[in-house]
Amino acid sequence: MSSRGSDTERDEDPQPGWVALEVSEEFPELSLLTTEVGARPARRSPRALKERLHQLSNRFHGAQAINLRQHPIPAAYRIFYRHIGLDPDLQRTPIEQAVLERMLRGGFRSRNLVDDALLIGLVETGVPVWALDADTLEGPLGIRLTQAGELLGRSADALPMAEGRLVVADAAAPLAELFGAIASGHGVNPETRRLALFAVQVAGVPAIHVEEALWTCRSALHDR
Amino acid sequence: MAVGQKLDLPPGLETEPAELLRRGHRDQGRREIPSERDARRALRRQVAKLERELGDTLISSFPHDIVDVRVAAHGGPRLLTLGELERLRDALSVRLRGARRQVAERAEFETDNRVLLERMLLDPERYRFCRIAQRDIGERGCGVYEVRPRLGLIGMLAGWWQVKLSSGCPLAGGPRGARPRSRPPAR
Repeated sequence: MSSRGSDTERDEDPQPGWVALEVSEEFPELSLLTTEVGARPARRSPRALKERLHQLSNRFHGAQAINLRQHPIPAAYRIFYRHIGLDPDLQRTPIEQAVLERMLRGGFRSRNLVDDALLIGLVETGVPVWALDADTLEGPLGIRLTQAGELLGRSADALPMAEGRLVVADAAAPLAELFGAIASGHGVNPETRRLALFAVQVAGVPAIHVEEALWTCRSALHDR
Repeated sequence: MAVGQKLDLPPGLETEPAELLRRGHRDQGRREIPSERDARRALRRQVAKLERELGDTLISSFPHDIVDVRVAAHGGPRLLTLGELERLRDALSVRLRGARRQVAERAEFETDNRVLLERMLLDPERYRFCRIAQRDIGERGCGVYEVRPRLGLIGMLAGWWQVKLSSGCPLAGGPRGARPRSRPPAR
C-alpha cells in the first residue's frame, strides 16, 4: 500500500498567503502561511502520536500555565487579540485554551489524527494551526475584511457575517473568522484526501516558528 | 481632488516638491490622513505595553490574591478605529492601576502580618489565641500560626504561652493508627 508514500510526495512546502492592502497597512507584520498535505483523516491516532501527547502533557504544570502569558509567542497573540478587538481572557488564544484544558483534564487528550496533529504543532511552537479540506478551496488563502452581505463559507447552511470582520478567505468566500471556527462544509471530514493547513503570523512571532508549526503538524499527520 | 489634476499652488509654496503636494491631496481624496494611521500605531504600541504589564501584575499576585485583569471587548475580529483604540487603551490603563493598587495593598497586608507574627514570637502571652494564616504572610501552605497555652489549662493558668504552627491541611488522613496498611507489618 503506497498511499503513505504518495501522500508525502504530494505535500507542498509552506507558501505565504495574501493579505488585503487595507489590513496590511494597519498590521504590516501580519501574514498567513499555508501548506497542503496529503493525508487520510483517521478517527484514532496511532500509538506513537498518543505517546507524544502524553509526553507533552508532562511539560506543562501549574506554574508553566500561569506564566504562559509572559512567554514571547503567547504574549504576541494576546496583544494581537487586543489589537483586533478580541478579549483574550474571554476568547482565549489557542495555546492558552489548550493549556487550560490540559490543566482541567489532567493531560492533552487524543481526539483524532488531525486534531492531535494540530494540537502537537500548537503546543510545540505556540503557533496555532488550522486545517481545511483543500478540495473545497477556490484559489489561495489570505486575510481580508468581509464585505456587506457575505456568508461564512459556501455550504447551504452558511451563516451571514457582519461587515468589516477579519477573515481567512480564498478567492471566492470567507472560510473562517480570524482565530475563529472553520466554516461549515470546509473543515476536515472522513472523505477528505488533502488538507490545507494554515497558520497566522503576527507581530512578535518569528517566521521560523510559524514554519516549524506547519512542519510539525505535517510530520505528525504522517506519523504511523 | 483627483490624482493628476492640476494643482493650484498657494503663493510661497512653488518650491515645494510637487510629489509631496500631490500625495497630500491624493491622501485627502481617500479621506485618510497619514497622521491618523500613525496615531493608531502609537495607540497599538501603548495597548501592547499595557497588556504586558497587566500580565506581569497578574503573575506577581499569584497565588495568594488573584487580581482581576479582564478588560471586556465587544464584537468580532476587526480593524479598530482610533476612538476604539483610545477607549481600549484607557480601559487597560484603569485596569492596570487597579491591579497594581490591589497588589500593593496585599503586600502591605502581608507585611503587617509578618510584623505581628514577629511580635507574637517575642511575646506570645500578649497575643493570646491570636491566629495568622500562612497565606496571610505570603507563605505557601494552609497552616496557621496560633498562640496557644503550653500543657492546656495548666499553661493557661501559669502564663505559659507559645506560638504553634498547625498543619491546617483539610486533606489530612487522620491519626496514623487508623490508616490502612499498604505493606505487611515487619516481623
